[in-house]
Amino acid sequence: MLSLPIFIIASVIKTVLVILILLTSVAYTVWLERKVVGHMQNRWGPTRVGPFGLLQPLADGIKFLVKEDLTPPHVYKPLFIAAPMIAVICALTSIAVVPFGTAIPIAGYSIPLQVTDLNIGLLVILGVTSIGVYGVALAGWSSNSKYSLLGGLRASAQMVSYEICLGLSLVGVLIVSGSFSLREIVQSQSGHFWGFIPKWNIFYGGQFVAFFIYLMSAYAETNRIPFDLPEAETELVAGYHTEYSAMKFAMFFMAEYANMITVACVATLLFLGGWSGPVFGPRLLVAILPTFWFVAKVFVFLFIYIWVRGTLPRFRYDQLMAFGWKFLFPLAIANLVVTALIVAWRS
Amino acid sequence: MLHLVLFLVFGAICVAGAINLLAQTHPISSALSLVVVMASLAVEYLLLGAEFVAAVQVIVYAGAVMVLFVFVIMLLNAGAEERTKGSHVALVLGVPGVLAGGLLVAWTLLKRSDTGMVALGSLPGYPKTIGWLLFHEFLLPFEVTSILVLIAIMGAVVLANRPDVLPPPETKEN
Repeated sequence: MLSLPIFIIASVIKTVLVILILLTSVAYTVWLERKVVGHMQNRWGPTRVGPFGLLQPLADGIKFLVKEDLTPPHVYKPLFIAAPMIAVICALTSIAVVPFGTAIPIAGYSIPLQVTDLNIGLLVILGVTSIGVYGVALAGWSSNSKYSLLGGLRASAQMVSYEICLGLSLVGVLIVSGSFSLREIVQSQSGHFWGFIPKWNIFYGGQFVAFFIYLMSAYAETNRIPFDLPEAETELVAGYHTEYSAMKFAMFFMAEYANMITVACVATLLFLGGWSGPVFGPRLLVAILPTFWFVAKVFVFLFIYIWVRGTLPRFRYDQLMAFGWKFLFPLAIANLVVTALIVAWRS
Repeated sequence: MLHLVLFLVFGAICVAGAINLLAQTHPISSALSLVVVMASLAVEYLLLGAEFVAAVQVIVYAGAVMVLFVFVIMLLNAGAEERTKGSHVALVLGVPGVLAGGLLVAWTLLKRSDTGMVALGSLPGYPKTIGWLLFHEFLLPFEVTSILVLIAIMGAVVLANRPDVLPPPETKEN
């Protein structure tokens, strides 16, 4: 147990570090997406700023900061300004309960690599994400433009619908591991079975179906292709953020990519065994390897996100709703019932 | 001590949100005030030690029910309400009535010493405890409530989907 001053210092340092790392990864996820999608479409992607275009995110950031910040005259100002803030605050908050690795010893104290470990960690992420809907919905409404309003309406309907499937797909994992704490869920997945296959929930817990339900509803939750109807360029100009410019637009952009990273972290923790993986070598390597495995799995997940974006076309709106309610929802309930029966039969 | 201060602060925010809900003329502002009320109630639950109930309060009420409220307001594109002067009866009888009711509740609670008091955060509201209670001690009320909710949903569907209001189905031409 840490004493209070040490605890406060450690928490502040961890918070600042996590926010810095998260924002940097957001910037470089954008770079990665532009590069990967570029190569998939037989183009180069950003190449001009720095080697391989690596300084492009920095240039974009400066551009967003110094651009003129237009506020159209017909908007409802308080909510117009508050909406991007809500979006970005919720996106940055939910990372607080995500553990990035085991505890590391620093100056005699064992510091867990996580801003805070809560008993209800997973529920906190779900709660904060569900509040994040307001950012998008209110942006659409307060812009007072028909494209924005349609985007906001679509976003709220879509996110509420797919949140149910998302939540139900996680319940199976919770039944198998018996805890809401993300750290305990990861610890329950350590070890191997049949000699070599890791005991991750996607294999050992039999949560294979749940993983795919989670994958699809997570794409819908983060408004990514093929579920990006709230900002469908071909019909709605830019959807809910049509009227936003400069840093306010960048805040929505940051929120979207931060949400992608959180979703990837949760998938890694719940289905892919978190930071568990082969650990060997000298002490420094032992300290670093778990976090390396965690980051590698998150990276794979982000790559799949971009891959899907480069591959699939957009759904039609009625297809989106029918897919969510008539396919994913019954499938999630069936998975839940089967998992519960198996766990009850085993115990 | 910190718990008590936070509890009072969020209680005040909760009441302020509720008053703002009544004072605002625009439906969206009222709905957002209600979100503030729900969220501060969740913090109160958290401070009382019921962390699971707090999380569910945020996810279900602030995150789902209120989003649907906002959705409907946006869909109908409801404008600002008209101001009325309010009824005199409500002003003359209502305000003293609320005061009297509040005093009565406070007096009863303070007078009955046998109810006892519980320190903030001393009742652990772990998910396991709640699950155990719901599926053992209160299984029947829990299941009956779920059936009640199901009946309400079916009622809403029946009311919204009356066949006599719908236009007659088009006959297919051969």
